[in-house]
Amino acid sequence: MEPQYQHLYEMLSQVRGFIYPNEVDLQWGLLIVLYPYITGLVAGAFILASLERVFNVKVLKPTYQLALLTALAFLLVATMPLVSHLGHPFRAYEILMTPHSTSAMAIFGFVYLWYLMVVLLLEIWLDYRRDIVIWSQQTTGFKGRLYKILTLGVKDLSPRTVRWDDKIGYFITVVGIPSAFLLHGYVGFIFGSVKANPWWSTVLMPVIFLFSAMVSGIALVLFIYMVVTWFRRQKIDMAALDSIAKFLFYILILDFTLEGLDQIHRIYEAEESFEILSLLVHGPLFLTLFIFQILLGTLIPLISLGILQLYKPKELTRRIIYFSCSLLVLFGIFFMRWNVVIGGQLFSKSFYGFTDYKLRLAGSEGLLWALVWVILPFLILGFLLWLLPPWKKLEESTS
Amino acid sequence: MPPQLKTLIPLFGAFIVLFLIARHFLVPVSFGELGHYRFNSIAENKEKAMNYAGKDACADCHDDKAAQLKSDVHSGLSCETCHGPGQAHTENPETVKLNKPDQRSFCGNCHSMNASRPKFMVQIELKEHNPDKKCIECHNPHQPWQLKE
Repeated sequence: MEPQYQHLYEMLSQVRGFIYPNEVDLQWGLLIVLYPYITGLVAGAFILASLERVFNVKVLKPTYQLALLTALAFLLVATMPLVSHLGHPFRAYEILMTPHSTSAMAIFGFVYLWYLMVVLLLEIWLDYRRDIVIWSQQTTGFKGRLYKILTLGVKDLSPRTVRWDDKIGYFITVVGIPSAFLLHGYVGFIFGSVKANPWWSTVLMPVIFLFSAMVSGIALVLFIYMVVTWFRRQKIDMAALDSIAKFLFYILILDFTLEGLDQIHRIYEAEESFEILSLLVHGPLFLTLFIFQILLGTLIPLISLGILQLYKPKELTRRIIYFSCSLLVLFGIFFMRWNVVIGGQLFSKSFYGFTDYKLRLAGSEGLLWALVWVILPFLILGFLLWLLPPWKKLEESTS
Repeated sequence: MPPQLKTLIPLFGAFIVLFLIARHFLVPVSFGELGHYRFNSIAENKEKAMNYAGKDACADCHDDKAAQLKSDVHSGLSCETCHGPGQAHTENPETVKLNKPDQRSFCGNCHSMNASRPKFMVQIELKEHNPDKKCIECHNPHQPWQLKE
């Protein structure tokens, strides 16, 4: 066989039925799965934080700052999977320099910047400003210098100015809630607006993405709160933990209902794409959709958390259940993103065939790179917790 | 005005100004001249070497083959589909020779049995249909249905 056809024939071995040439290789791999996953964690964590601030759910106080710092740590990394997916990552800034109003991705750049600069950084700064000023006076060395820079020169600690911190912070949180909805609803819109792809193209996509984001963000804060408290050898605030789990349960119901609605709608409409989508979910996506996403990631946590709403076993059992549920939900939502991103590219738009996705270990689209982007936010969070420890702040405000 | 805003507003103003300055330097020259693209890219693309000559260029010299091709079912194919890019050949016909594929597997790229191919494409089992012969021993690729003796 001539060498120019060798590669084609190798690729065709991963194809079943008829497929267009540009569909054989998946263009969006694991890194693009991570992009909506990480962005969702940010939006979810922020919405949990805003419950305490705007809706006055005082019992969540111990996790308020932790949720904000978690959102920041993950937001700083949210675009990295996208950038590292590019063939020319150093040209990524061009999307911000010459944005086109018809490009959903270009506008995302500005939605992201708005959320980072105007919402999250400001809210954290205003919330910590008083503490940063105090810490800048008490601390020396590198950390002290860092605090001095972070005060941005506003060292006024008069009650009037501190009240302003609170007022502006409250206002920003109010603006922040629709912004968080926009940030993640928008990620859903990017997929939902691809009209050529029947697996993606649904107006429910932004809403489904948003609710699954809230589910994953709340589960992440639950997980991090338990791990951080364990590391600090402190007693867990069970009232806070019970409340977070209760919110997780409610939002999980909504999320599951919406996704179910989407699927029932597809099944009832049974458009011309239905047959291939049915083959898709019963074939290549069976494990990741039915087992990972629905059974492990949704039904088991839903039933476990549901039982805990009616019957409260002793603390240790509850803690183990919450911890397992948070991990299962995080696992399930990851595979929800996987099923959307990878699933949408596995079938041919001719509706007559399938291709396969092979995850590589190394390389720019490989598992190792993806792990870097998953681990990095935890390292950033570690740094943020070292710099702006919420517990120190709590001690001071209560003393 | 609260002291926080006195600091934050100029800071955000400075950020926007810095962004606009960066944009001034980073947007490529000629971007947006005639649309949402870099206008100079057209000239740069024009300067690139041509690889394909097109069917008409082939017919200038090989009018007999072009007529044969036109008369039969392969009339929709371009010459360069089978023979490869021919620009270099049109410039130096004596020194640069094009590929004349004659392997069974080459014809099989389009004509081997595959249920998902459109029905109008003639399909055969390569292993069963005269397996010891080359396709072109019987079929003239320019006139596939004019069978050779």
